[in-house]
Amino acid sequence: MTADDSITLTLDGSEIEVPAGATILEAAAEQGIAIPVICYHEATTPNGLCRVCVVDVDDGRVLQPACVATCQPDSTIETDSERVLRSRRTILEMLNASVNLDEAPEIQQMLRDCHADPERFPHAHKRDPELIDDNPFYVRDYAQCVLCWRCVQVCAEDAQFTFALTLKERGHDTSVATAFDISMTESPCVFCGQCIGVCPTGALKPKIEWGMQQGLSEDELRAATRRGRKRDRDRA
Amino acid sequence: MNGDITDICARYQGRGREALLPILWDVQTALGSISPAQVHSISHTLRIPEADIFGVIGFYTLFHDQPTGRRIIRVCTDPSCALADADAVLHEVCARLDIEPGETTADGETTIEHSPCLGLCDVGPAALVSARGQSDRALAHASAASLLDDWTGDYFTPAGDENSVLLDGSLTSAPQRLAEYGDYAALRHAKTQSPDQLIAEVEASGLIGRGGAAFPTGLKWKFTRAAEGAPKYVVCNADESEPGTFKDRVLMEHRPHLLLEGIALAAYAVGTNHALIFIRGEYPKATQILHDAIAEADAAGLLDGLTIEVRRGAGAYICGEETALFEAVEGKRGFPRMKPPYPTTFGLFGKPTAVNNVETLCAAPPIISRGAAWFRSVGTAGSAGPKLVSASGHVARPGVYEIAPGITLRTFLERQCGGVIGKLQTVLMGGAAGTFLLPGEIDVRLTFEDLREADGTFGSGAIMVFNDTVDLRDMLLRLGRFFQHESCGKCFPCQLGTQRQVEILERLDAPLPGDCDRLRDIGMTMTEASICGLGHTAALAVMSALEKFPGLFEGE
Repeated sequence: MTADDSITLTLDGSEIEVPAGATILEAAAEQGIAIPVICYHEATTPNGLCRVCVVDVDDGRVLQPACVATCQPDSTIETDSERVLRSRRTILEMLNASVNLDEAPEIQQMLRDCHADPERFPHAHKRDPELIDDNPFYVRDYAQCVLCWRCVQVCAEDAQFTFALTLKERGHDTSVATAFDISMTESPCVFCGQCIGVCPTGALKPKIEWGMQQGLSEDELRAATRRGRKRDRDRA
Repeated sequence: MNGDITDICARYQGRGREALLPILWDVQTALGSISPAQVHSISHTLRIPEADIFGVIGFYTLFHDQPTGRRIIRVCTDPSCALADADAVLHEVCARLDIEPGETTADGETTIEHSPCLGLCDVGPAALVSARGQSDRALAHASAASLLDDWTGDYFTPAGDENSVLLDGSLTSAPQRLAEYGDYAALRHAKTQSPDQLIAEVEASGLIGRGGAAFPTGLKWKFTRAAEGAPKYVVCNADESEPGTFKDRVLMEHRPHLLLEGIALAAYAVGTNHALIFIRGEYPKATQILHDAIAEADAAGLLDGLTIEVRRGAGAYICGEETALFEAVEGKRGFPRMKPPYPTTFGLFGKPTAVNNVETLCAAPPIISRGAAWFRSVGTAGSAGPKLVSASGHVARPGVYEIAPGITLRTFLERQCGGVIGKLQTVLMGGAAGTFLLPGEIDVRLTFEDLREADGTFGSGAIMVFNDTVDLRDMLLRLGRFFQHESCGKCFPCQLGTQRQVEILERLDAPLPGDCDRLRDIGMTMTEASICGLGHTAALAVMSALEKFPGLFEGE
């Protein structure tokens, strides 16, 4: 690194030098500061939408998402100021009120780390749609979906160019869906599995894993999955 | 019609995703909804995935993916219409048809829906009605009889007096025609000089954006002119949707040529022949007037190679946010983009774009013809030039007024609006994304700087007046429901915060311990951590009420 392509700034009270163009998330990680973030994934286009990673830059009017905001020379960044922690904690508390996070240990850890109250919002409307079991490969339990968009992104331009998924409705009623809610087998889905790979919660799950959680027998599992059927055919 | 849309698709052959909202409008208007078979046809015509089209239909409330009645009646129940008894009208319509809002009669004849603000706050209750195969219509002074029987309810908002510049006191209910307006003399004058001189004049005038964000207009044009990339675009933001705001509607319905000349000036300034007006879908009358005026100006040779396209929105307040507006024009769900990059370098189709509010563009022709010094002579140093405000609620004469910033709110209410009806309880300044003023605070001067100093907002110039008969808890709930309905759902703070906020506003009569703190945390989180201006302001009114009317949050 030459002096030309590095910049100096203050991060949580320490003066540091970072490569020009680095995001705040990257710069902090370099310093051993892990800023929590839900929607960000190195393989998908960042949309800066979960806002759990917001930080205080120069005491600005609004907070900045560390995953996409780039480091500015001579800026002062705080990753754990009062206002940062209030936003982070409130977002997580509101999320916990809407979504079943039982199978999202990383997000649960974030709740604990910022001393969030899991019961902060009583009598809240929880998104609780029925689990969708419409193909032999995976199930979709959108009661566990945090709307990070990653599955829609890898199904589209970020990886697979299959376009089986979209977002339906808007606001708090938003959900991930196929066109007109057709089954995955009727959709263009090629069962590549990339969506399952990037899902940060238990919303997308291989059918075998789900079946085992349900306590299905080996025969039942085989019947429920095409892989099982193919193995049976191969044996026959 | 049997659902065959071959003819419609044929008109769009060769076009791409940017034509999605227009083609969806054609199908929606012809058939009342858009079915899987039609999505399939559109997918092949525009070469975009079916799932994407389905996602777009679901984002915009005026599009339907399930069958609707042969006619759709939408009644506004936001604050100003609520004061005009809109709930009773909606209730009576539903009772006579024996359905609930959101339902369709068994004979498939009529669908009834709630609607967010329709921009007819001065002549409520307002309704937007659609009949299959016909142009939509906006109706004023709606009653059960007018909505179910004859669809009468044309309206006229008298606007302006002999001193008005943006408005024109001599106007009748018809839009001003080209012959009355004149032959775009300001544009001809500007073209005798360089674009840089035009920009310098607008900068010298001190004109700042009238859409709510108050950004200096000359600077925006200068940045767009200097940006690399072609073609550049001028986009007129006519997605006026802030509850209580209807000034842009009145400008478009009364003075379409003033707007077109302003757009032509902006196009000359930034150096483009591509302009587009994005108008909210709830403004069918203004839409038609603009189409007619563009044809008139074009026929008279006044546009000189400039194309001005009118794009119709489809029911999404968020599309008033400039980057969400671009996404809508590009045929996508109206999600705001992250900024930077800003529109002046990366706007519509990723090109440098000057996006201006209707009223802002309408200020340009008089600045050129009368000079920057004249503009500065009206108003104050921080709020130069005449400004339009929309007054509604409990005033004797609701409507759109042209003021010289600096007069006090009290003077405005007493002189222009004919006084408050009943005993004043509060004034909501700036619309749903606004703040409350108490009766003791209405000597504040109507300027951007004075209202900012009073921790208020001028915003888009909405002034909603509530007398002491108004149940403010009910009003807060309506505002909260508005934002819950209009949040795009992209960022967590707003998607979750608008929902949590409503849940608490629904129990204001019997709050839980800690609800005030919950509202403050939700409000500050939306304000500081959301992506866009909708989220940043979705809690303003509630936060303001917590401060000004703490008793509202203490239960019975």
